[in-house]
Formats: sequence, structure tokens, C-alpha cells
Amino acid sequence: MSEVILQDVAKHYGDFVAVENMSLRIADGELVALLGPSGCGKTTTLRMIAGFVDATNGRISVGGRDVTGLPPSRRNMGIVFQNYALFPHMTVAENVAFGLEMRKVSKVDAVKRVDEALARVRLDQYGDRLPKQLSGGQQQRVALARALVIEPEVLLLDEPLSNLDAALRHQMKIEIRQLQQSLGLTTVFVTHDQDEAMSTADRMVLMYKGKVEQVGPPAEVFGRPRSAFAAGFLGIPNLLAGQVTAEGFVLESGMRLALSGQGGLAGRCFLALRPEEIALATDPLPPDSNALPGKVLIMTYHGSSVEYQIATEAGPVLSARVRAPGLGGQPVLPGGTSVWVHWPATAGVLVNEH
Amino acid sequence: MNIQARHIRQGYAVISLLVIGFVVLPLIFIVWMSFFSNRILSMPPEGYTLDWYRRAWEMADFRNGFFLSLQTSLIATVVALVLGLPASLALARGAFPGRDTINTILMSPMIVPGIVGGSSLFIFFLEVEFLTGWRIAGSSIGLIVAHSLIALPWMIRLVTTSLIGMNPSVEEAARSLGAGSLTVFRRITLPVIKPGVIAGSLFAFVNSFIDLEKSLFLVGPDRTTLQIALINYLEWNFDSTIGAVATVQIALITVLLLITDRYAKLSRAF
Repeated sequence: MSEVILQDVAKHYGDFVAVENMSLRIADGELVALLGPSGCGKTTTLRMIAGFVDATNGRISVGGRDVTGLPPSRRNMGIVFQNYALFPHMTVAENVAFGLEMRKVSKVDAVKRVDEALARVRLDQYGDRLPKQLSGGQQQRVALARALVIEPEVLLLDEPLSNLDAALRHQMKIEIRQLQQSLGLTTVFVTHDQDEAMSTADRMVLMYKGKVEQVGPPAEVFGRPRSAFAAGFLGIPNLLAGQVTAEGFVLESGMRLALSGQGGLAGRCFLALRPEEIALATDPLPPDSNALPGKVLIMTYHGSSVEYQIATEAGPVLSARVRAPGLGGQPVLPGGTSVWVHWPATAGVLVNEH
Repeated sequence: MNIQARHIRQGYAVISLLVIGFVVLPLIFIVWMSFFSNRILSMPPEGYTLDWYRRAWEMADFRNGFFLSLQTSLIATVVALVLGLPASLALARGAFPGRDTINTILMSPMIVPGIVGGSSLFIFFLEVEFLTGWRIAGSSIGLIVAHSLIALPWMIRLVTTSLIGMNPSVEEAARSLGAGSLTVFRRITLPVIKPGVIAGSLFAFVNSFIDLEKSLFLVGPDRTTLQIALINYLEWNFDSTIGAVATVQIALITVLLLITDRYAKLSRAF
């Protein structure tokens, strides 16, 4: 069992709070993604788990063992960095063997385990190369093999895909998830990319300004962001400020919108609408439909869809994503066209400001 | 390639050659003149001879000066290595108050004119002698201290540069794989910054070896470094012996540079 427990863990740098009393339980074999913009504390949290940064407060335990005061060398964690961090003066095989050597594994055993680890990341032919002779993706796979060969209790991934190009990133994402699942490794994956987090994680921890904003399985967090920040970070750009009343959602302009099943928030909050939930109409709509009048500002093309930015009379600029004209969508609306932005009463989620 | 671009390239090549010539020409002249058979150094050459090399070797001042310089510079380089390596680690990695000030102080022997540094050291040594009766000026210790001061900034500058250029995650990866601080330094940090350490040692050695001003006050009777032996000789003589000595020095330093570059690409150390 290598359950990781963070108990009121905090990191202060003088007056600056990098991580504020964070408590988190990562189950054995679970992959948890720490997600958030730069400076949110996700990397500091990972570095505290690894032991590179001393926690100002709180306790960290792995499999019931308190590791808070232990140096990184005695935590038995495998770590993969954004910049690969391979030992430049050692061959690929020597890199992978380093952790085994530190553990005084016999030469014969080490050679066998290095071979297995390299085979696992499909680099068995590359043992004699130097890191600089490999591509970025290959270097990152060596780093992964080096971290896995020591059979760590916990695997820590610090933005492991951020230096790779898009196609490779997608492939590595799947590879990491497969390896993690087949080995049943408790894993912490730090990323600023919501797509990486959602596609790999069992649970996402969304962080903002040193605090945990929301925790949950990707589908839940994505489907029901709890705050305006969460909604914005997960790609919901449309936020309408207003008030929940018995009659529905009343915008600051006094316009009333119908709600249906958006959850139990009351009082002042935001209605967060995904661009895909919004439709555009050029003809007037029946009264009482959720519609805001506006004007097309600009259209951007995204292959199977097009996205319009609409300046609404109610205030905010809204993004609406509709099917591309060639694929059965409505004809392109030129800039300046008067439109009605509308959506079903069940669309959107209500979120608090924080 | 259009004509204008070609003209720019040709102009660039001419300027480059002029600059290289400006640097290399005096060296070529010294080497050339060291073979002149003229009794007094003058143009044109009356003939060529290797006599000056033999003469230089036969002169005790040059021979002893060479060995004293060699010995002093080697010890100074080792001192700079022993002091400079930990200092560079602290300066490159540590975040402590006064770090920039300490860095500036350690670099200052590079900026302060050698004659000023040398005379201050001389006065300091005299004060110490006055207080303790311990004679430093004119002894090997005094010379080694002065030359260590010449060597240290070069060592620190080059080692710090390569430490700063090193990806800190590499050391963290080693730590997480089970290596303690000493193992990380020996197995990871030192091999990675090796070009910087070698280049630092080389520049420390060369700059100590060619020093004139700082040594001026600190040599004693029968204890002169090669550069001071050269100055002394030049005062009364003007023949090709100095050319021969200079040529040997140029050859020595060139060989050192070439050997160093084979084992550690010097261009990577800057």
C-alpha cells in the first residue's frame, strides 16, 4: 500500500503563501493531477512530496510512513521533470542504472532490470547512447524508465509533457497512463494543461493562489465547476453575473433568464455557459426564451466548428461555438450582423465567484 | 547570392582577417626574431640560428625563473581549486545576504591593477613581519599567496558560470534516486561542470604564470619568476634571448590550450 496523505501541508516564503493548508488523500494506485495556472502552488506541492522543499506546516505520509522530515534520497519516489533532467555525461543505460546502483543492487540484477525498464518504454536499442543523441520524446521516456526502475512507492510527474510537440504529447499521455495503470502506481501529475489532466487522471485537484479550488473526477469537475475561476480555467469563457431568485436568474440589466436544474446556489453568482451550449439566431425569438440581443464581433474558424465573439447589449462578450457551414451549420455571419444569442433553460452551471 | 550580399561577406572576411592579423602578427614577429643571428635585435635578419635558445637555457636566471614560475603557478592553481570550488558552489547555489558583495570582493583581484594589488600585499606582509617577525615578502609563501589571488577569480568566474548553466533538476533527479549530497556532487555535479573546472584551472594557471606586476615586490634575491627575469634581462640587453624565452612560453601555453580543449571543450565553459 502506498497511499499518500497530505495533512494541512503549507509552504510559506516569508509573507508569501505558496501553498495554504492543503489536505489531500491519494489512494493506492490512483493518479491525481494537480492542475492550475503558474504560481498556483501545484509544483511547490509536488516538490514538498518529493522532499526538495520543506513544508512550513503539516505532515506528509506515504503508505502510513511519515516522510515529512526525510531527505529526497530516502523517500523512494520516482520523479520525472519537464526538462528531462537526464545525467548528460552518462549513457542511457547508466542513467537508468543510477538509482539501482544507489540501492546497491548487484550488477547482474541491475543489468537485467535496466533492460526491462528500457524495453518497457521501447528504448531497448538505445542503452549505449548519450542523452543528447536522443529526441525530446525519447529523452522523456528514458527519464520515465529511470524513475520506474527503482520500483518507487510514488511516481511524481512535473509537467512531463510540456516540452514535447502536440502529437508526441498525445502519445506520451497515453503511454504514461498505460504504464501507471499496469503497474498500479500511485501517481501525482502536475500540469497546467486541463486536457492532459482530464485525459490521464482519476481525480483532478484544481489549484489557485495556493489553495485547492476543487477536487473530483475529471468528468465531475469539468461538468460542474464550482467557481468562476474553475469555470474559466476549464474553458468556459462565458460568465453572466446575476442573482438567483424565485423567478429565475436576473441579470444586472434586469433581464430575466430561465433556469432548470443548475443546482442549489442562491443569491449573487454567475451563470457559466459553454460556447457549445450557445446557439445564434438571426430572426427574432419567441418571448420568454433565454436570448440576449447582440452583434457579431469576429468569427474564428476551428475546422469542424466556428466560434463567434458576440457583443451583447447585456454587457459581456460571449463566445458561441457552432457547427461549421460546410458541415450543415448555418451560413457564416459577417461582423456587425445583429443576432440573438440563445440557449436552453437547462444549459450552463451556476458558480460562485470563488 | 546577390552582388550586394557577396560584397558584405567579402568586407566581413577582410575585417576578420585584419583583426586576426592584429592579434597574431606580434606573436609571429617574436617567434621569427628569436631565430635571428643578429647580435643586437634589429631588422633585417643577417641570418638564422638556434643559439638564443641554448643561451636562454644556459642562463640560470631564466632556467630557475621558469621552474619557480611553474611551481608557483601550479600551487596557486591548486589553492584556487580548493578554495574556488566550494566558493563557487555557495555563490551559484546559495541565496544568502551579501552574496553579490562577496562575489564582487572575490572578483576584485581581476579589476584592481596588479601593481596596486602587489604593493598592498607587500605592505601588508611587511606589517605582518613587523608584528610577528615572520618574513613573508620574498619567501615562497608570499609569492604563492599573491599568485593564488590572481588565480582565484578566474577559477570562480568560470566554475560559477558552468554551475549556473547547469540544469538544477539533474541534481534533484539524482537525489530522488537515492544519492546523498556528497554522491550527487561527485557523480553528477562535478562531471557536469568539468569543462568549467578545467578551463578555470587553465586560465588560473596561465594568468598566474604570466604575471609580472603582483610578483614584482614579492620576489627575493635568487627567487625571481620568469617574467621578472625577463624584465631584469631587458634592462641591460636587447638581443633575441627574450624572443626565445617568449617563444617557449607561447608554445607551452598553446600546447596547454590544445590539450585542455581535447578533454573539455573550452567554448562550452564560457
